Amino acid sequence: MTQSKGTLYRGREGMWSWVGHRITGVGIFFFLLVHVLDTSLVRVSPEAYDAVIGAYKNPIMIMGEIGLVGAIVFHAFNGLRIILVDFWKKGTRYHKQMLWGVLALWIVTMVAFSARHLMLFLEGWN
Amino acid sequence: MTATNSEAVLPAQGIEAPRSGRVDPKYLRSKTTSGSFEMAAWVFMRVSGIALVVLIFVHLWVNLMVGDGIHQVDFGFVAGKWANPVWQFWDLTMLWLAMLHGTNGMRTIINDYAEKDSTRLWLKSILYIGSTVIIILGTMVIFTFEPCLLDSTTGEPLPRAVCPN
Repeated sequence: MTQSKGTLYRGREGMWSWVGHRITGVGIFFFLLVHVLDTSLVRVSPEAYDAVIGAYKNPIMIMGEIGLVGAIVFHAFNGLRIILVDFWKKGTRYHKQMLWGVLALWIVTMVAFSARHLMLFLEGWN
Repeated sequence: MTATNSEAVLPAQGIEAPRSGRVDPKYLRSKTTSGSFEMAAWVFMRVSGIALVVLIFVHLWVNLMVGDGIHQVDFGFVAGKWANPVWQFWDLTMLWLAMLHGTNGMRTIINDYAEKDSTRLWLKSILYIGSTVIIILGTMVIFTFEPCLLDSTTGEPLPRAVCPN
């Protein structure tokens, strides 16, 4: 192993995946609070709900939705990787390879999601 | 918690799992042990995490990837979904698991970065109150949802309400 800094974790894949997991987790949590509140408008009036949900249907928010789904998909795939590190006998040995797998799957998923989301948005956009 | 390093396994015999209980007393923030709660929280994060991957991926698929995508989401769309008890149960489970998973994650982060006892207490109090309010609000919205909302003065259906003909 080419190891010059004398550390297994700091500044390496293990640390950066942990940083990514934390940041995406906090971001998703705050969106979740907002999302429960905006959905709660269905108890106020149909027009209030439609007006606020309508704010999600413009080009800037579409980019934000792609960012949000990007955070969710990374957190989901990396979370499954953490479970494999914890419970799979060879998890610790292959944690790095699994991280590359997570990133590859993330790119494939996000290319597909972004293309579909943008296409559907542009089709119905006046 | 034994609070001693004497039993720590030497690296040659394999390295002890982190936070396994043998912590030098000078690094302990609290004299009390919370071992079983932390263990339950650790298990919950993994179990709820697996469930949330399924719940949220299907939620995103049904709401954004099929039909008209984001343009289909309006009051009528929500009324259509919640007319089916399966989607009510789906969204209720997603709400509870996601809020508890997220709240426990935020609790971990507060414990990691807020070093003063009083700061941790304040931040966690705000977190728990906020999370409780959101969970109760979301639960009530799902259970008291009314597709045919009426104007309180005229008794006529509100614009865009979904009423049986």
